[in-house]
Amino acid sequence: MTGFRGLIIGLSALVTALFLTSLLVGPAGLSPLRSLNALILGADGPITLVMREIRLPRAILGVMVGGALGLAGAAMQGYLRNPLAEPGLLGVSGSAALGAVLSIQTGIVAGFALALPLAALGGAALSVGLLLLLAGPRGGSLSLILAGIALSALAGALTSLVLNLSPNPFAAAEIVFWMLGSLADRSFLHVALALPFMAVGAALLLPLGRGLDTLTLGEDAAEALGTRLGRLRLMLVAGVAALVGAATAVAGSVGFVGLVVPHLLRGAVGARPSRLLPASALGGAAMVLAADIAVRLLVPERDLKLGVLTAIVGAPLFLHLVYRTRRGEL
Amino acid sequence: MRHPFLIAACLGLALLGAGGGQAAPERVVSINLCTDQLALMLAAPGQLVSVSRLSQDARSSPMAKLAQSLPANSVRAEEVFLYNPDLVLAGTFTDQATLSMLRRLGVRVEVIAPAYSLEDVRTRVTQMGSLLGREAEAAALLAEFDAGLAALEQPRGERPRAAIYAARGYSSGPASLSGAILKAAGFYNVATEAGLTVGGVIALERLVMLEPDLVVLPTTWPGASRAEEVLQHRALKELQRRAGSAPLTDRDWICGTPHVLRAISGLAQARAQSDGAE
Repeated sequence: MTGFRGLIIGLSALVTALFLTSLLVGPAGLSPLRSLNALILGADGPITLVMREIRLPRAILGVMVGGALGLAGAAMQGYLRNPLAEPGLLGVSGSAALGAVLSIQTGIVAGFALALPLAALGGAALSVGLLLLLAGPRGGSLSLILAGIALSALAGALTSLVLNLSPNPFAAAEIVFWMLGSLADRSFLHVALALPFMAVGAALLLPLGRGLDTLTLGEDAAEALGTRLGRLRLMLVAGVAALVGAATAVAGSVGFVGLVVPHLLRGAVGARPSRLLPASALGGAAMVLAADIAVRLLVPERDLKLGVLTAIVGAPLFLHLVYRTRRGEL
Repeated sequence: MRHPFLIAACLGLALLGAGGGQAAPERVVSINLCTDQLALMLAAPGQLVSVSRLSQDARSSPMAKLAQSLPANSVRAEEVFLYNPDLVLAGTFTDQATLSMLRRLGVRVEVIAPAYSLEDVRTRVTQMGSLLGREAEAAALLAEFDAGLAALEQPRGERPRAAIYAARGYSSGPASLSGAILKAAGFYNVATEAGLTVGGVIALERLVMLEPDLVVLPTTWPGASRAEEVLQHRALKELQRRAGSAPLTDRDWICGTPHVLRAISGLAQARAQSDGAE
């Protein structure tokens, strides 16, 4: 237990450090001391505005989006007992993006702001439900991945279609955002939109740890140990949908976070889902914060997308996992 | 008849022009928003047979009404070719595949570069006049444009600081047409301090730190986009509250035509008002 506590403390410290770094990194090149002072105490001039309204919401969203994706990935992998299950890869994020884009382009969002996360949640819920249905209770790799490929291709194509048909001249260029994700110029408005849904999602998934632990012994054993599988599945679908939906609605689809983070931490938590869930949430937050700092440092003037970085790290790992799965090691 | 020499010289020049193989074109198709407008201003009745669809949209084109009287094209080689044009007017950024296809089909294609300054605007007008064989009309239009420029009020004292801020945080620098409009209206462009020449993205936090006195903002297009969401950012709203803001009416800013005068005088008015208020 102490090892686990140490891990959680270490990850928390990492997230805190990255959060602070995220606050201090930006194109305006402000001095760290002055900017922190302006953030906390307020100062004359525009620096307070920069810190409080531009950098703070961005850093907070980095934590929220990363935490949500890490947690959702760990939960899906725990339930399906398959390390390849990841919301971005399986089209859950893509379907959430489609929902979000539909709600924006039909103009519903203009009248009712909550429609954006709600529609994204709807898209995500639909795809998670479909995935579980198609992959079957044991989450066989082949059917799961094939269903995921079909879902993400379809969601991506429909998202492109909707954006191409938009009367807005900038909309078509936004396909990239919805497919790769970015936190640039997000404000507290987006924090407020995502927060309630993410809170609900986390509240649904975190208590599933014990049930998922029993599930590692097989379904019959889990039921014998008192885990109600139907209820578990329902909470999982709702929780993943709320987390991925809210994250995608404000930041687009950032892939691979839910794959890389649980994979890296699985060894450290002794492969117990109940421990992997909170650890993955923290790890995800750290990964997205780090990626968001990197996009601002690498090519500050270009609005490089988060998904580019997470895919560069994640895709080779994914291939490695596929290879090991084929050899039957997993 | 008092200057027979002059008339002879003009005739000679005209013949020289004709000798260059370019009689005035009779069926002109324009496939670029900016060449559309210049051609609409200068072409003889019946000379221009089609304009691009974009110039029929009142949001992007100041001459939408007039453009709607002509059939519109969607900038595809096939439909342009079917108009049987003897001259196609395109912009630098028109799809090269479309242009090379038209050239393969034996159509004369002229590419007109966008304007980056008010001097460019004058050059483009002259250029269009000679392409269409309407030099006299071009000269008259230029005289009108120059008179309009001369009538603008110049700023008293120091120039107020202004920034143009559009979708995705795109700002126009001093070496762009929008920058020229800003300067002609009596403003100092803070994009200069951000190191921009033609233009580029200024991160919102940099814009806030530059503390402009005026932010020139576009009106958003229908159908919502994330690119324009930055214009609703709370930090920008706060900046607008502290500084002033003026509208960037796309149609008067996009193209280097004499219509930029409207953009300039609109901005100059905003400056004069704030001068008066201080």
